[in-house]
Amino acid sequence: MKLQGLAARPDGGLSFCLADMEVVCRPSGALWLVDQRALVVADLHFEKGSSYARRGQLLPPYDTRETLDRLEAEIDRLAPRTVVLLGDSFHDAAAEDRLANDDRARLLALAGGRSLVWVQGNHDVTGPTSLLGDVVAYHVVGSLSFVHEPARAPLRWEVAGHLHPCARVRALGSSVRRRCFATDGERIILPAFGSLTGGLNLRDPAFAPLMRQPPLALVLGVDRVHPVGWASLRGD
Amino acid sequence: MDGAGASPLLPTRFADWFDQRGWRPRDHQLAMVEKGRAGRNVLLIAPTGGGKTLAGFLPSLIELTQRPTPNSPPGVHTLYISPLKALAVDVERNLMTPIAQMGLKINAESRTGDTGLARRQRQRVKPPDILLTTPEQLALFCAWEGARRYFEDLRCIIIDEVHAIWPSKRGDLLALDIARLSTFAPHCRRVGLSATVDDPDLIRRWLGGAGEVDLVRGAPGAQPVVDVLLSEDRVPWAGHTARHAMPEVYEAIRGARTALVFVNTRFQAEFAFQELWRLNEDNLPIALHHGSLAAEQRRKVEAAMTRGDLRAVVCTSTLDLGIDWGDVDLVIQLASPKGAARMVQRIGRANHRLDEPSHALFVPANRFEMLECQAAREAIAENALDSEPERIGALDVLAQHIMGCACSEPFDLMVLFEEVRRAGPYGGLAWEDFEGVVDFVATGGYALRAYDRYARIVKGLDGLWRVRTAEMALRHRLNIGAIVSPAMLSVRVANGRRATPGRKIGEVEEGYLEVLEPGDTFVFAGRIWRLAGLTGVDVLVTPAPGEDAKMPSWGGSKFALSTFLARRVRAMMSDAHHWQVLPRDVREWLEIQRDRSAIPAEDDMLLETFPRGQRHFLVCYPFEGRLAHTTLAMLLTRRLERLGVGPLGFVCNDYALAVWAIKPMQGVDFAELFDRDMLGDDLESWLAESMMMKGSFKACALISGLIERRSRNDRKSGRQVTFSTDLIYDVLRRHQPDHLLLRCAREDAARGLIDVARLSLMLARIEGRILHVPLEHLSPFSVSVILEIGRQKSPGGAGEMILVEAADQLIAEATA
Repeated sequence: MKLQGLAARPDGGLSFCLADMEVVCRPSGALWLVDQRALVVADLHFEKGSSYARRGQLLPPYDTRETLDRLEAEIDRLAPRTVVLLGDSFHDAAAEDRLANDDRARLLALAGGRSLVWVQGNHDVTGPTSLLGDVVAYHVVGSLSFVHEPARAPLRWEVAGHLHPCARVRALGSSVRRRCFATDGERIILPAFGSLTGGLNLRDPAFAPLMRQPPLALVLGVDRVHPVGWASLRGD
Repeated sequence: MDGAGASPLLPTRFADWFDQRGWRPRDHQLAMVEKGRAGRNVLLIAPTGGGKTLAGFLPSLIELTQRPTPNSPPGVHTLYISPLKALAVDVERNLMTPIAQMGLKINAESRTGDTGLARRQRQRVKPPDILLTTPEQLALFCAWEGARRYFEDLRCIIIDEVHAIWPSKRGDLLALDIARLSTFAPHCRRVGLSATVDDPDLIRRWLGGAGEVDLVRGAPGAQPVVDVLLSEDRVPWAGHTARHAMPEVYEAIRGARTALVFVNTRFQAEFAFQELWRLNEDNLPIALHHGSLAAEQRRKVEAAMTRGDLRAVVCTSTLDLGIDWGDVDLVIQLASPKGAARMVQRIGRANHRLDEPSHALFVPANRFEMLECQAAREAIAENALDSEPERIGALDVLAQHIMGCACSEPFDLMVLFEEVRRAGPYGGLAWEDFEGVVDFVATGGYALRAYDRYARIVKGLDGLWRVRTAEMALRHRLNIGAIVSPAMLSVRVANGRRATPGRKIGEVEEGYLEVLEPGDTFVFAGRIWRLAGLTGVDVLVTPAPGEDAKMPSWGGSKFALSTFLARRVRAMMSDAHHWQVLPRDVREWLEIQRDRSAIPAEDDMLLETFPRGQRHFLVCYPFEGRLAHTTLAMLLTRRLERLGVGPLGFVCNDYALAVWAIKPMQGVDFAELFDRDMLGDDLESWLAESMMMKGSFKACALISGLIERRSRNDRKSGRQVTFSTDLIYDVLRRHQPDHLLLRCAREDAARGLIDVARLSLMLARIEGRILHVPLEHLSPFSVSVILEIGRQKSPGGAGEMILVEAADQLIAEATA
């Protein structure tokens, strides 16, 4: 399949045209709406580490700051007017209360001079209650709608998260597994941005009903995004 | 020697039993009885077939018959630990014979992961006199409440095949549990049973910890007869399959009663099995046995072997240890032996009768292996074996043990520290490290004190540490053990047109079939299959008899050539007088190498440079084994990159490594290139990113209990995978690079996967001794490694290249 206006950018991102808007898939896993100056990130899963720790698996408590480091770096680079957090920003309903003080301060500072939009997810149904920003079920920019969970049928002009797409790419007699964007040219599913979040292989049956045609994987490399066709993808 | 009846050491009933069977107790058996009476720890070293197991149990059997009738039901008297489940069950059976024949009132029972629930429960309520089990079951026992009471009557711990357990994480765990048992039962003595080893003192120190261990040696068996198959004029230049020698191997099998055919990899096992059946005009019953086959199929082969129904079994290290098969009279080693000690043990699998020599046939697969086989043969004849380094206990294992102790009963930190230091591998444990591990067990060992309220173990008002909730204890017990196997896929026959998963034929490691596409055929479990597809954890296949099959996984041996054997190979190679033991074609190959390039002196390293095709090659011959070579090649490539010669790739085998580049390399300063400082920053920066570190981190995370292998409700939603250890590794490395588990992973990788110690010794050895020969063409020696190119997977760190390549394919697709 072909994406309209697909082009590699010097900063490592891949840009193409979605619903008449120029969008850029960033190597960080964020989506950048160029003219609207909107930064979109999905599935941050803040406090996933402490969520497991509560139940006796002591994963490192550094995931929230790690995710914040990367998010702040994107914001510094791009100076967005709007930041859309596409749901499952927190790993569980009590996660917000477990935030370390300095992490909470950083989250509050994010809203300074720009609007913060918290889309509700299935892990954080209520959205944050003590932080700045709007909590919404969905968000709209032009003809693009932004939701956490993709509708279960091919749909035009939707940006979603929830599934944590990952691609296993084969070439040169070997393979690698990386996070990726998945798109059929009409909708796009973002990779999870959170530092401790795993992924679901794009070949998983869960993706098939969502796509009008076999999707293109825009795979996150070290400092660039690689477009990879369906034929080069493998299951796990 | 007098008849057994005369021995004052044996009670009449035992002496009579020996007499009735027409046996005489062997000296080492009597020595063991004497040591038992004196309450001494003891290590018995005896060749297979020497009545070793009976020697281990004899003192306990005698003591049990002389025990006064106790007032209350006694606890376990003797605990027997075997590295294999099957061996524990087999020994139970063998032990029942003398017990029944002498009419002893002794109750001996095995307990393994396969033991039924009813029997397990009964064993807890009413302990047998002799309990036979595995290290993992023992660790589980030690993590139960009431472990102290259960084992307080223990008098003796017997560790069978101790040579195979001690230098491993399983050995660390076992040593810790033995130290714990000694706390419960201070009068308990320790008995190790071992095959012949180079340095018994290492095992004695491991076994005894702080205590002394006496040594008893069985009479050596007859010297084994080892032949090397010379295959005059047909020894290949390269390769690992020994295809050229299969007719001779088949003839050897025909001439033997029963043969074990050992190979080094599962691929070689499948290949040899196919080739032998191609030649099998007599329809000899030849079977296959390796770790990927379904357990049921392996058990069938073992049972057929026990019945004496088979003429040969092609097998991997899965049969290195285990049940005695008296009928085996020939051991064939296909492809290189890699180490002399392992070979002695494999050869010991033939003829379990001490007075008759074991017969072995070495079959080299290429010319370097011919040198290696001859060197191994000579080493065995001289009784010179390779040895292991001293074992230092792993801290991830200690973490598991400490959690286990807390699950069993509250502990005092100082008391536990002293107990742990009484375990052999932990004798040198520092208090700071111990405290660090306890902190890790409690709250994860993070500098950011975020988890104090979620601690898994807590210190009570009484000053004792205990597990915080019963649920945590339950979960810990589900995850006990120090064996971490890679993620496995089940190979299943696809049923019907919808290809649903059917009968399971075995398991393969993730990635094993990576080189195959659906529709490709391959050999597995001795038959040819077509890959139908992959679904989740299943590999679906359909039978494809008669097809020409691909062979998955071309990797070489998982065993590295031992340092000891490598030195002997180098010595043999450098001494032209020694070449006469070699067949003519191999001698000529050495002579051409000498004339065209050079034969290095024993401690020199030969380095050749030559152009070939559009590329420039550097080939060197350190003879340090594939692991050390791979690490060296990674580091050399980084340095050559900095020197601007544009290295493009590398390939390694056990003897040599080759690097190829865009520009010629004869002008490089090789002394500087191979300088020892490469083991500093270069090593660290490469290692941090390497897949190997991530692999060993995963193992450490599982063993230490950071990640659970099994949870009580093992439901996979199929949706978001919970988390991967690679992500945890990356986060930790950025935020707490000195974390305990990163340290563990680094030590494991350096010790096992990349062989840093060996590389370091090698770099020291060749300082000022690099013999550089610039050539116009490739040399005879270099052929073996050059032919590996294309057979090996692209080296690690090629992730980005793969993505670029796949993206280029897309561009080609789009522009076609």
